[in-house]
Parts: sequence; C-alpha cells; structure tokens
Amino acid sequence: MRLIRALGGWLDRRLQIGDTILGVVKHRIPRATASWFYVFGSVSFTLFLIQIATGICLAFAYVPSGGEAWNSLHALDARQSIGWFLRATHGWGSTFMVGLVLVHMVQVFLFGAFKYPRELTWILGVVLLLLTLGMAFTGQVMRFDQDAYWGLGIGASIMGRVPLLGARLVDLLLGGPIIAGDTLSRFFALHVFVIPGLLIGFVGLHVLMVIKLGVNEWPMPGRIVTRDRYVREYEALVHEDGVPFVPDAFKRDLTAAGLAVLAVIACAAAFGPFGPSGPPDPTIIQAVPRPDFFFLWLYAVLSLLPSGMETPLLLIAPPIGIALLLALPLLSGFGEKSWRRRPLSVLVVLFAGAAFVSLTGLGATAPWSPKMQAWSESPPGARALAHRSPRERQGVLVLQNKQCRNCHSLDGLGGHRGPPLDAVATRLAHDDLIRQVLQGGGNMPAYAKNLSPPEVTALVSFLETLRGSDLPPARDPAPSGPIPTASSAAR
Amino acid sequence: MSPSAPTNDPPTEPPTAGPPAKRSGRRGFLMLLGVALNSLAALLIGVPVLRYFFGPVKKQEADTNQAWVTLGSLTSFPEGETRLARYRNPFTGASDGTTADIPCWVRHIRGGTFQVFAINCAHLGCPVRWFPQSGLFLCPCHGGAYYEDGAPAAGPPPRGLFEHRHKIEGGSLAILAGRLPTLARSACNSPPPLPLPSPSPSPSRKRLPCV
Repeated sequence: MRLIRALGGWLDRRLQIGDTILGVVKHRIPRATASWFYVFGSVSFTLFLIQIATGICLAFAYVPSGGEAWNSLHALDARQSIGWFLRATHGWGSTFMVGLVLVHMVQVFLFGAFKYPRELTWILGVVLLLLTLGMAFTGQVMRFDQDAYWGLGIGASIMGRVPLLGARLVDLLLGGPIIAGDTLSRFFALHVFVIPGLLIGFVGLHVLMVIKLGVNEWPMPGRIVTRDRYVREYEALVHEDGVPFVPDAFKRDLTAAGLAVLAVIACAAAFGPFGPSGPPDPTIIQAVPRPDFFFLWLYAVLSLLPSGMETPLLLIAPPIGIALLLALPLLSGFGEKSWRRRPLSVLVVLFAGAAFVSLTGLGATAPWSPKMQAWSESPPGARALAHRSPRERQGVLVLQNKQCRNCHSLDGLGGHRGPPLDAVATRLAHDDLIRQVLQGGGNMPAYAKNLSPPEVTALVSFLETLRGSDLPPARDPAPSGPIPTASSAAR
Repeated sequence: MSPSAPTNDPPTEPPTAGPPAKRSGRRGFLMLLGVALNSLAALLIGVPVLRYFFGPVKKQEADTNQAWVTLGSLTSFPEGETRLARYRNPFTGASDGTTADIPCWVRHIRGGTFQVFAINCAHLGCPVRWFPQSGLFLCPCHGGAYYEDGAPAAGPPPRGLFEHRHKIEGGSLAILAGRLPTLARSACNSPPPLPLPSPSPSPSRKRLPCV
C-alpha cells in the first residue's frame, strides 16, 4: 500500500495530473441529476472506446485495397483467431453507438440542457452526431461488398444532382472516375484517420465543457433560465443540494455503460458480424443493395418522394435540418427548460421518432422494389386456376410470363410496387383493364408493344375473374339509368 | 508553467539584455520573421495538400476520363436482343480488382443499329436488370422501370437510362466509357443515332437525349 502511494506520488510529481482528476471526481453536481436519465452520454463515450479498440484490431488484418478488402474480411472472419467476434463487436458497437448518441440527444433536448450557458456544448454535440453518422457510412463502405459498392453509387448519384458543382463533387467523393480502389482508399483514410481524429478531439472538448459548465440541473417547470441570474442560481443549487460526481452519478454511469457493452457483446456473439454480402463486382447485377439499419429511413425517403421534389428536397432539406439543429440553442437559449412546459419540443421528438420508426420499417420491407424473381418463383396457385376457362388459364400464363407479379401480388405472393390483383375486377371494368394494360399509367409501364391482341384478351379475361371473395364486378356507369352502387363504391 | 515547482528567481530579463527600446525592436522583428517563415511553410504545405485532395476532380469537359473500349464481336449481340456486356474500365489502377469490370446493356435494334445503356439507374445508380419477356429494365432499389429503348416507364427515375456513345470498328462494337454516369455527367455526350420508326406509338414516352 505504501509502495503504491509512493509510486503514485512519484508519478504525480512528474505528471501533474492528480489534481485535475481529483477535481473531476469531486466536482459537485445537482443531486437530482445523479439519475438514470443522465447516463446516455457516458454510455456513448464508452461505446466509442470499444469502437476504437476493436477498430484498431480490425486494421491489423484488413487490407484497404479495392481488389483485396472483401477477401480480407473473409480471412478476418475465418482465419484470424476470434476475428469474427471482433468484427461483429465493431459492427454492433456502431449500431448501438449511433442509437445511444440519438437517445442522448433526445434527453438533452427534452431536458433543455442546450440552453444558456451550454449552447456550445449542444452545437459541438450536433457536430459529434454528424461525425458519428459519418463513421457509420464510411464503415459500411469498409466492408466493400455489393451493398457498399452500390451504396457508393447512390451517394455519387445524390452528389451528381447538386447544380453546377455536381460533377466535381462526384469526382471528389469517388476519388476517380468510377467506384474503385481509389474510392476505398479515400474512405479508409476518412474512417480510420480523419473522422476518428476529429471525434476524439471534439469528444474531449465536449466532456470538458460538461465538467466546466456543470451538469444540467433537473428541469423544473417554472424555473426560467435568464442570462443575469442562471449561473448564480446554478452555483447556489450545487452548493446547497449538490453531490460529488463520484460516486453518486458515476455508479449509474458505470452500470449503464457496463450493461450497454454487454448488450453489444451479446448481439455480436448471437448474431455475428455484418455481411459481407456479395463481392464488389458490378457485373453481378443480381445485387439487391440495401443500406445498413441507420440509413434505411433515408432509403425509404428516396423511394417515396415524388420525383419532381426529389432533387430539391435531397439538396435543401439536410442542410436546413442541420442548420436548425445547430442554431437551436441560439434561437431558444433562454426560458423554460422543462419538457412539461415545451409541448412543441415534445411534439417534434414524437414526430421525428414516429417518422424514423415507420420509415425504417418501410425501408426494411421495401414494398416499392419489384420482386425480381416473383414471376418465376411464385406459382399462380390452385385458387387462380380452378374453374377457369382455357382462355382464362392462358391469361394466367401471360400474367406469369410478362412478369406482372414482380410488381403485383396474387394471394399475397409477388411484388408490392403496384396494387394486389386479388380483387382487381371489382375496381376496374373490362375496358378499364384493357386500357390499363395497354397504356399503363399511375406508375405502371405501358404494355401495348409487348402483348399481342390475343394475349391481351386472355389476360383481361383472367383479370376479370379476380373479384376477391366473390364481390360484384366493377361496371362502367350506364349512359342512362341509375348508376350501379358497386361500381360507384369501387371508384 | 509548473505551478508547484518552487522558483527562487522571478522571470526577469537576462542580465545581458540591452536597452529596452532596442530589445523590443529586435524581439518584434524576430516575431515577425517567425510568423512570416511559418506562413510561408503553411502555404507550401497547405497548397500541395489541397491540390492533392482535390486531385481527382476533373473539369466538366466531355472527353475527360473517357476512352473507347471494345465490347466484343458484333456476332455476340444478336439482332432484336438486349444482352449484358462487360468491359474493363479504361482508367484503372492496380488495386481496383473486380470493381473495374463494368457491365452495360447492349441492344441490337436491327441491322447494325445499336443502343448501349449504362448499368446504372438514372435515379440513384443501382444496377438495372433487363426482362426480355416484358421488355422492361427494372431497378431493384427504388423500383424504377424503363422501356426497351431506355425511355422511363415508371418509378422515380427523372430521365431515361444513360447511354454510351458507340461505334462499329472492324466487326466489333466499341463504346466510349470510363466514368460513373450520374445526372451531372452522363455516360454519353451526344444523342445516339436513333430515328426509329416505332411500330405502335405508346403514350407518355418522353425520351431525353443523353446530356
């Protein structure tokens, strides 16, 4: 014991760091903030440390070369001792880190911690969020599989939509004329040097500011933040009803961080590493590229936007969103902190959360993508064939062979790009069916050039039998006389 | 700098210092010199760093990063069919691996008239697939669809498929290729020769020439 103390004393006389550490350990925080709601920043920080450790390990075996990266991942998984586990931990760690950074941000937002005098801490936090997302995207590129290849294509295509500078931005992103080895090298430098370097520096500054400015007090409705009184009030609060950071808050931080790391490890052990999917060979065109979890919402947005609005929204919405986040503490730096008195803020969080969840769900199922194999792998089923005339059965063949089911489902099998055909005859009458098949419209291609008249007749005669559970067929309103109710209801 | 280190002598001027006015002038000059030298050094490092970083950026001129590559003998593209062809990108580095093998769709319309489409969807660059049965190109990402002549048929694409300029040389088909086509810079730079009599004019077929 005495030896340790002597050694510690020897070190500290030279390092001069003991007072600083002791200051952090003992610095007083408001009693109410020693709470489970205040652990998310520490947890994100811990996950970042895990990412650094596992990332360095991966770099020992990873080969950042367009021709070798994909193979080196397989070598990492299979030959490198416990390599698969480190890669899985790095992948799951990134998912958890992005998630916890977002949770941390929501907590800080709802608790009004971005207000005076902590504006810059928030702004730095927004920068950290962007850097974390940058790590997530560049990390996905490191896998350099099919998803990464076509993901880069999507990134380049978005850049290509920027007016005037588009072509130059594409070159800058790809590091060359096509997605190739130079692209990977660029992203490797970003993922391993540039962004982590910025992250380490900014995280340090962010934490330093939290310690210097003090942990945001528990917001009470009616306690208003003003420029002339806040700091004095905060100091009084910490003085009268404060507790030291260690152990009162620290024990919760420690427990939550431990739980989060264990959760990452459990996911890594149970579900294994992410990918890699097929090799980065663009001639394998059977690829169905999908982004990682945290970009699924963006993938959904890109398919759901009307094409006229796409370029403006893609180019204008993100800068405005980021600018709003950065400007938030400057626009609303004073006043009420409690979320009980800030209904608009609560609404914003709920809306963003609902949008994220629903868009992610949509992105995971991707109903807008045609099912490329549906025409050959999903049989029409007995129900479609029973009690059908030969001509109608010929129509079933046309339906299968012309790949209608890549976009239209029958009995739940097939694509969901277009409406299901199970009850199409209750919506469209004979002439409407012919017109729809020949001319397309409503986001359906025209098939006039690809169907012979007998094929159209057969197809439509089959479609006319599709009336769900024997609903009445759609009919054109008669030129005179009462309009049939079924038809008008169906329109 | 070291707060706990006991210092006996306060930081006064060294005894050899000259008169105050002259000394401050010399110090001022030294400071100026130091700043000037370091500014020069920053410039000499910074400019190459920036030039290096922006090195891949090419001017928007049509012929940058493009070269003619052959796709193979004309006999491998039967009349009336659309087939996948592949070529090695003309600008390739040692570490590119399979990423420099680029596919494209070759449509032999009839009698030596061709259309060569880039693989990348005009929406966001995903690989389109040709379905001869329904005569459509379908994109797996966001559901874009194109007709056999590359015109947009459905889905989000803002224009038709990107086309490569092509020529027939000594019985083989060559295309002008070399860079990823995007809306900012498409694969080809002149409208292909395509005065085709359409057997049945279909509605809403807007065909954008390659820009």
